[in-house]
Amino acid sequence: MARAYVLLAWTWLRASFQYPASALIGLAVAMALYTLDVAAIWVIFGHTERLGGFTAHEVMFLYGTAGVSFGLADMLFGNVDRLGAQVRTGTFDTMLIRPVSPFVQMAVDRFTVTRFGRVLQAGVVLAIALPQLDLAWSRVWMVPVMIVCGLVIFTSVFAFGGAIQFLLTEAPEIANAFTYGGSQLTQYPMTVYGAELVRGVTFIMPLAFVNWQPALFVLDREDPLGLPHWLRFASPVAALAIALAAAALWRVGIRRYRSTGS
Amino acid sequence: MPAHRRGVVFQLYLRIAGYGFRRHSTYRAAALAGAFTNTIFGVLRAYVLIALWEARPGLGGYDVADAVTFCFLTQAFIGPMQVFGGTLQLAQRVRSGDVAIDLMRPASLQLWTMADDMGRAAYLFLVRSVPPTLVGAALFGITVPDSPWHWSAFGVSFVMGVLVSFGWRYLVALSTCWINDDRGVNALSVILTGFFSGMVLPLNLFPGWLGAFANAAPWAAMVQVPADVYLGTREVWGALAFQGAWAAVLLGLGAFATAGARRKVVIQGG
Amino acid sequence: MIELEGVGRSFTVRRRTGRLLRREKAVVHAVRDLSFSVAPGEFVGYLGPNGAGKSTTIKMMTGILTPTEGRLRVAGLDPSRRRTVLARRIGVVFGQRTTLWWDLPLRDSFELVRHLYKVDRNTFRQRLDELTELLELTSFLHTPVRQLSLGQRMRGDIAAALLHAPPVLVLDEPTIGLDVVSKAALRAFLSELNAERGTTVLLTTHDLGDVERLCNRVMVIDQGRLSFDGTVEDLRATAPDESSIEDVVARLYTGGGTAAAEPAQQLGSSVAQ
Repeated sequence: MARAYVLLAWTWLRASFQYPASALIGLAVAMALYTLDVAAIWVIFGHTERLGGFTAHEVMFLYGTAGVSFGLADMLFGNVDRLGAQVRTGTFDTMLIRPVSPFVQMAVDRFTVTRFGRVLQAGVVLAIALPQLDLAWSRVWMVPVMIVCGLVIFTSVFAFGGAIQFLLTEAPEIANAFTYGGSQLTQYPMTVYGAELVRGVTFIMPLAFVNWQPALFVLDREDPLGLPHWLRFASPVAALAIALAAAALWRVGIRRYRSTGS
Repeated sequence: MPAHRRGVVFQLYLRIAGYGFRRHSTYRAAALAGAFTNTIFGVLRAYVLIALWEARPGLGGYDVADAVTFCFLTQAFIGPMQVFGGTLQLAQRVRSGDVAIDLMRPASLQLWTMADDMGRAAYLFLVRSVPPTLVGAALFGITVPDSPWHWSAFGVSFVMGVLVSFGWRYLVALSTCWINDDRGVNALSVILTGFFSGMVLPLNLFPGWLGAFANAAPWAAMVQVPADVYLGTREVWGALAFQGAWAAVLLGLGAFATAGARRKVVIQGG
Repeated sequence: MIELEGVGRSFTVRRRTGRLLRREKAVVHAVRDLSFSVAPGEFVGYLGPNGAGKSTTIKMMTGILTPTEGRLRVAGLDPSRRRTVLARRIGVVFGQRTTLWWDLPLRDSFELVRHLYKVDRNTFRQRLDELTELLELTSFLHTPVRQLSLGQRMRGDIAAALLHAPPVLVLDEPTIGLDVVSKAALRAFLSELNAERGTTVLLTTHDLGDVERLCNRVMVIDQGRLSFDGTVEDLRATAPDESSIEDVVARLYTGGGTAAAEPAQQLGSSVAQ
């Protein structure tokens, strides 16, 4: 499946480079667009030293890790949020007559260089923030772990957002609330949000495990919200749980589609 | 133009606006989903603004309640003002060459498109502006204008905001006549509108020259100015004059561009 | 190659009744109690008026839709359970919509198909050369699909469906909207494919020229049931007094067989006029 993905993505990429100027402009524009979020952080920290108890570099660390995770998930699988449109126009049928999982086919459809924009931009932010934080090596190992877990969690959220479009073909925008909303949520420390919301994204939709919990370990902080200490090592478990749930939901969606034909 | 002719023309555009309203009301599910997403983002952004105003009370002349209200107002403006670059259908018609048919009609392309867009804005106001604001009021509490005069001033400012937004998007759509790769123009429009309208953060937080530029540029007339009129943090006549001036400039440029497009289509055949 | 045994497919639809928010459930049978089998190497025309259940049958045969009743086997597999395995043994073409990628040149579309079906490079090249020659694709191989004419696009679609050399080919209205020359070329290709490779072909169509020139067997479905199954000669024999095959089929569609000969004949002759 991974092999099919890479081969298909490569074919799309090569095709997109028949118009290299257009592809590169698209990439630059995407990066500029995401930089607006960083500009907002910059403006905020022009007025205050700390936000929710965290410094500018710490917030940039949170932003960078969440951004790289989300960027990778969006690059690889973000396209599944177009499922509603595919079902409406009937092109989803043509994916079902092929011997590759429709999830992979959806995800790789129209893979262009523009999709690297978010990862690159967030990677730059992370690369700037990391050296400023003066982290101990005994804690830095968590950074790649949290990025991978974040990738799995965001991918699951994308799959979830796609799967609900089997039911709500006319309202694909609903998925954005969870996917892009999740990305927005994880850009800031959880201390700025209400306690109910934080509990919700810790125990129900585990977005707190994308970066917040493991970052508490990396930054060597007590949990300001007083949740158990071991949660900061629980990201892999949370990622596995939501991935299984998302896969199950996607299967239910496909089965429903094939039994209603709509 | 005699008075009765003017009446007929006005009725035509009123009817087009009605059709615009109806056409968009067929996408009700999508609009409701948009309202849901706007609400979620409103909640998330409100928390960030509350954290900032708790650290810096009174920042930019707002108190915490003003900041939260501002946040939900901006979410409410996304639909009607198309802050995230909803392009006019016109852009597609320019690209496909169908605009030639539109230019042949004995009615102004600009007014026609504007009437249609007003109908769209009216529908999206009902479906995408009202719900997020009500949720914001229920969850966080928002301030409300204190008098009918204040409400009507906001109403006028809101409509002016839609007009400025239309004026801008009309120019972006017509630019497709002269610029081949419209994607770059659209993306630039999204970035400028998103950042300089006050959508990302209130413009009164922008430092120095950036703030001065943002407050003078047309995008402020779409989000920041009507929000300030609502909050009562800006003098009403000055605000309306600012919006009116930009509306006049953009619509004037639009009329100029329409004439150019007509010449281009008639002489060069598209 | 294709076996159906008592296959049925019903849908539950909700209808809005006059009153606000009141909805009525109704069961609609798109296909009911359908049984037939197609032997390897047959060329079958699958006819029926609009909405008779043709597309539903094809969707079930390709695994897009699961049947509500009965047993179905295509190339030895149950389509609803073994959809992805079946995909390698079957080629599908929809005349109304393309399975190619709109923005890509035809050649790149084929490359994607190659990766999807895991066709190795040499076999792919050889088959593509062959198909390019037979379907005369050379002149537009590097043109984006959206710029192709309908006839060119259909040839491209058929080539894409055959790149993995499936033993069964299912075509849903492949000649729709094609001009006379394109149609003739397509028919010649399909009949050669069937004769020389022994590929089993099932096609739906509203063009009876397709049936007369290509099919050694015809099935007619009407209101979800099979109303005729036999050779083209058998089909003619159902209404020996009709001169054109169009009239024969029109009679079959509007009431079936000799029982309703009178009104059908009237309709048939009005169509002929």
